[in-house]
Amino acid sequence: MKRTLLVVAVLTLYVLHQDIWFWRTAYPLVFGFVPIGLFYQGCFSVAASLLMWLLVKYAWPAHLEQEIEQREPEEDTTR
Amino acid sequence: MIPAIVVFLYLAAVLYIGIFAFRKAKSKQEAEDYFLASRSLGPFVFLFSLFGTNMTAFAILGSSGHAFSNGIVTFGLMASSSGLVIPLTIFFIGTRVWALGKKYGFMTPVQMFRDRWECSHIGTVIFVVQSVLLVPYIIIGIMGGGTTLNVISGDVVPYWFGGAIVALVVMGYVFFGGMRGTAWVNTFQTILFLLFGAIAIVVIGVGMGGFRSATNAMLSSPALAPLLTRERISPYYFFSYTFIPLSAIAFPHILIFCLTAEKMRHFKKTVIFYPLCILAIWLPCVFLGVMANRVTDVTEIRAKQEARRVLATQGRTMPPEARDKLREESAGDDVIMILLKRYAPLWLAGVLGAGIMAAVMASDSQILALSTMFTEDVFAFYGHKKRFGEKVQVQTGRLFIVLITLVAYAVALRAPETIFELAIQYAFSGFAALSPLLIAALFWKGSTKWGALAVTLWVAAAVTAVAVFQQVVPAPAPGPSIVYGKIGAWEVLSRTPGGTAVFGFMPVVPMVIVSALLMLIVSSATRKPDRGTIAKYF
Repeated sequence: MKRTLLVVAVLTLYVLHQDIWFWRTAYPLVFGFVPIGLFYQGCFSVAASLLMWLLVKYAWPAHLEQEIEQREPEEDTTR
Repeated sequence: MIPAIVVFLYLAAVLYIGIFAFRKAKSKQEAEDYFLASRSLGPFVFLFSLFGTNMTAFAILGSSGHAFSNGIVTFGLMASSSGLVIPLTIFFIGTRVWALGKKYGFMTPVQMFRDRWECSHIGTVIFVVQSVLLVPYIIIGIMGGGTTLNVISGDVVPYWFGGAIVALVVMGYVFFGGMRGTAWVNTFQTILFLLFGAIAIVVIGVGMGGFRSATNAMLSSPALAPLLTRERISPYYFFSYTFIPLSAIAFPHILIFCLTAEKMRHFKKTVIFYPLCILAIWLPCVFLGVMANRVTDVTEIRAKQEARRVLATQGRTMPPEARDKLREESAGDDVIMILLKRYAPLWLAGVLGAGIMAAVMASDSQILALSTMFTEDVFAFYGHKKRFGEKVQVQTGRLFIVLITLVAYAVALRAPETIFELAIQYAFSGFAALSPLLIAALFWKGSTKWGALAVTLWVAAAVTAVAVFQQVVPAPAPGPSIVYGKIGAWEVLSRTPGGTAVFGFMPVVPMVIVSALLMLIVSSATRKPDRGTIAKYF
């Protein structure tokens, strides 16, 4: 279930990158000078970082790391 | 001259970092230490050096130049899509490649492909295609260095001398420091970008009298207002660009960098902070590039805008050469430097110029990657490591670095820069279309060496075809494209002012899709590797 939600989150963010709703307008100007299309894409980058945090927290391939860490002490003792 | 002196001090500092790294590793003569820093990079250096490796001259100068001509769309096209796709590929592919490297001692992608698909010469074909796509970066890095030093010094340092100095410095710290030196220099450079990007935006913003008035003035000008929206860009083109960041993980220098982390957990910070680093560097560059359009009291900016206006209004009736000349004149790759010269005090322009030099010199990782690939995928693979030993292998790597830098410098002096800028455009699409190789090797048991060969040959053919097409058919003036074939409302193939479109998409979209299909179809019809080999990976 957790994995499915994460896949949905990744796909949703990918779709949200195509913000056709702000395509032809610069308004509103955020802080009085940043066009909305640029501000949206900046926020998108922050959202991407949050998504990466979720992936790291809930879908980290820890088995790969454990496998290596188990091998390393074995290799050290055989040296 | 003061800015040039600051830049020279900066160059001396990075050279010293390389020599310091050399002294630290003096006792070691192992290939793994020289080419991969003994797989020992900590989380901080790993994040900043991996990010710095990806931030080429194109990211800093090219992004502001693109924004100057195309507006705010540049950030969504190139930065925010990379902020999603690149960390995803590092998360899914980079971590797995790191684990396999630790387990089986791989130092290059081709070593992994050869083992995974039980092939030898097909690996060599992949090596050749990767190398050909990588070389233009090294050349453009030297060209960028020559141009930047020339501009910063106010023509005191000629282009040929600037290029030679940059080539020597990069060659020096890569030659001495290997991966350790390169990673430390990249970390230093990334910190410079981040610091000076912030300083630049404040200094220029204050100099312009605040961005609020500049934005409002642009919005009231019919010629400039569209730069604050995306109305001139097709949504298909925008969507196509999300395929380009797939190239990052397929670049050999990025994948090789993934092998340098000491622990897999070091990837965590890289994956999380990557989108924020992109935001911190690209947003100021893009915004300043757009705002440069308001600095009409500077002759160079006015000349660029005039060239853009003539191209848009009279371009259709001009011969292709005249259009190309106007395109070159209207290009904005130097707008950040023009803004610095206009608004920053001399000493600060020097410090900020050093930050720009840091971006321009990002060809170090590509040089080191080519050397690693040559010594591992050719020298060692064809038996020379066994014959001559590891020490000779490292020396061969160093010799290769000298040779490739000299050749790149010689080419940079003679060839026009636009050729290599185009080559880099093709290289991004080419590496993106090579990404199915990595995905298939790591996630699909059924993939075979013949599928890998089909993908590689397809990429070589497709990149060549696009290059030839764009060479034979000159780019039209801004406006409607030249269309070849239509199916209903869809334009099959068209030559656009900015490149090529297939069914309205950039060539990278069909290239990646066909690559994936070829891997699927050819692998399904050919013999799989032994079960023992597959068991090593799944």
